[in-house]
Amino acid sequence: MQMTRKPSDITTDAKSGEVLHHEGEFIINMGPQHPATHGVLHLKIWLEGETIKKIEPHLGYIHRGIEKMCERLSYRQFIFSTSRMDYLSAHINNQACALAVEKALGLEVPPRAKAIRIILAELTRIASHELWWACSGLDLGGVTPFFYAFREREAINDIMEETCGARLTQNFIVPGGVMSDLHHNFQKRVKRVLTQIKDNLHEYDEILTGNIIFQNRLKEVGYLSREDAISYGCTGPAARGSGLSCDIRKLYPYDGYEKLDFDEIIFNEGDCWARYRVRMAEILQSVHIIEQLIDSIPDGEFQAKTKNVIKLPKGQFYQRVETARGELGVFIVSDGAATPYRCKFRSPNFSNLSAIPQMAQGAKIGDLVAIMATVDLVIPDIDR
Amino acid sequence: MKKGKEENKIVFPGQLHESPEGGMLVTKLDEIVNWARSNSLWPLIFGTSCCAIEMMHAAGAKYDWSRFGFEVARATPRQADLIIVAGTIVMKMAPVLKRLYDQMPDPKYVIAMGACTISGGPFFYNTYSVVKGVDHIIPVDVYIPGCPPRPEALLHGMIALQEKIKHQPVFRKNKKEIHHDERRIKI
Amino acid sequence: MTKEELKYKLGEISREAAFDETGEFLNVIIPSPELLPLIKPLRLNKEFYFDYLFCITCVDWKDYLSMVYHLTSTLHRHTCVVQATITDVHCPQIESVSGIWKTAELNENEIYDLFGVTFLNHPNLRRLFLGDQWKGYPLRKDYTDEHMILL
Repeated sequence: MQMTRKPSDITTDAKSGEVLHHEGEFIINMGPQHPATHGVLHLKIWLEGETIKKIEPHLGYIHRGIEKMCERLSYRQFIFSTSRMDYLSAHINNQACALAVEKALGLEVPPRAKAIRIILAELTRIASHELWWACSGLDLGGVTPFFYAFREREAINDIMEETCGARLTQNFIVPGGVMSDLHHNFQKRVKRVLTQIKDNLHEYDEILTGNIIFQNRLKEVGYLSREDAISYGCTGPAARGSGLSCDIRKLYPYDGYEKLDFDEIIFNEGDCWARYRVRMAEILQSVHIIEQLIDSIPDGEFQAKTKNVIKLPKGQFYQRVETARGELGVFIVSDGAATPYRCKFRSPNFSNLSAIPQMAQGAKIGDLVAIMATVDLVIPDIDR
Repeated sequence: MKKGKEENKIVFPGQLHESPEGGMLVTKLDEIVNWARSNSLWPLIFGTSCCAIEMMHAAGAKYDWSRFGFEVARATPRQADLIIVAGTIVMKMAPVLKRLYDQMPDPKYVIAMGACTISGGPFFYNTYSVVKGVDHIIPVDVYIPGCPPRPEALLHGMIALQEKIKHQPVFRKNKKEIHHDERRIKI
Repeated sequence: MTKEELKYKLGEISREAAFDETGEFLNVIIPSPELLPLIKPLRLNKEFYFDYLFCITCVDWKDYLSMVYHLTSTLHRHTCVVQATITDVHCPQIESVSGIWKTAELNENEIYDLFGVTFLNHPNLRRLFLGDQWKGYPLRKDYTDEHMILL
């Protein structure tokens, strides 16, 4: 049998036997413990001087085997494990799983539950972008943005806690709706937070967006063409910064996004600065979406009636949603039992990560931090 | 001056004797060293998953761990003396975590934050790669339950660690105290 | 292109293709050696133009493995699913598609790691998550592990 596998030896190439690094070239291991990798990402970087020649990602430092775990969890239980994948869009991950189960069952979700889901999903998106903004600032040398962004994040977390009972990993969604009804203060609180965000967003621009040093570190750095974005399977703001229209909320609307008015933010430059502006504009779009819904949450049931033990019909089901980082796909293969036969999560970060070697080709080592900051990776979502 | 806590105010451990040419301080060396140690713990920036976000919240303005002397977060283990294990540890990460711990200078302290680090938590059953409790790799001083724990819980755990440090022997050997290295399981 | 048109056109390319239309997308089921002859025209022909491979995975059906490729086109916005059946479970092999879609490179590494499927002509096949020392392929149904406590 012909094996194409290479040994993990770093000095020689298994195929040709040639030495992998030449004189003047050296290899740096970035991670798994590195403050700019936002977790435990390990990048092996081939450098010539300060210029990046090649990057090879080594993953698995937080590979928890969630897909294997899901094969033994029921369709009610497996939702919780997904909030630990991309914990910054935990609510949207749960939504994806619930939607996949509902699609397979042909279950109609009550309009009130749909509205609640969207409001909380957009709040999650804002909170996630706030954290991204704070961390971009930290990565690129500014500590102040951290405190500004966390002020708004705390306000959103308080709403989440009041509504769902948890600050970060909400698990508020069940197949057929949401777990419980809203409390009577919900609308008032959300409106207050929206005003706070809109009032404070100019501070963000004053601190970071308008900063000329910050702009120079992002402009014309980490270029990704539209073709490469498609070929690497990039989604989310990372791809929309390269001019690729890929917002699942627009292309394959779910939970009533088709009735809402919002823009898909697209920039064509393909550099870090474009990706930065996509996210900043998305915060305002999310605010706009919530404003349309918050005064007109329909009355009625918050949960459709489902059986205690959910059994999906035989078949394969694929559901995609737009998380804060791109397209999350849930692929369930069911054999008719009460647990999935195979459950695959198509993670947005995994594809976006695979484009980083392309973006960083020829860039300086310092620019890699800027590239990783604007792609906004969440490592547990890559490893699952 | 009274030693230890007085109305939730941390005071200097020792007695001040007034004398005409100033004052004289009588204290125990153990206590004064522990007082200094416990009030300026430098945590390592180490987070693998969700708990790291709550750790960041604890550093933010609302919870503000710098009130208790934790604000000097270090990116390198060589300058840190507290490692907050925030998030699941898997088999591949375990040797890395142990190396990080070994690189830290003594005295060093470990806080296990979150259910995953206590026992594997939600990933205890049915998974093949999760280490079922970080205490299989490094000795833990304080465990904080929760998935993820709230920032207040982290602060509580940190203050508990400070209390623990204040009662540790520094110069006298306490035979009942098991040394860290003996508790460590070799991997 | 609608499901019917896709089915007709794909039937012309591959004689051995079987179709399954029960799900949301059109499923094309082919034996694994037929993969490249089918999937290359899907990417290159202007009328199909499936330039976006958004999900690759593998399913272990105990007596055979099936590789599942979810394809969509950013131009025509149609979707189809190609399922390649690998009958040899002990030494599964399939051609790599990383030359056609770059996203396949890391994804195939992941599948090699978790299912043990060897991808021929893959530029850099390695165990992505678990490392070279790991024994067995955890997402296979017959995987056993003394550390894994089943509930």
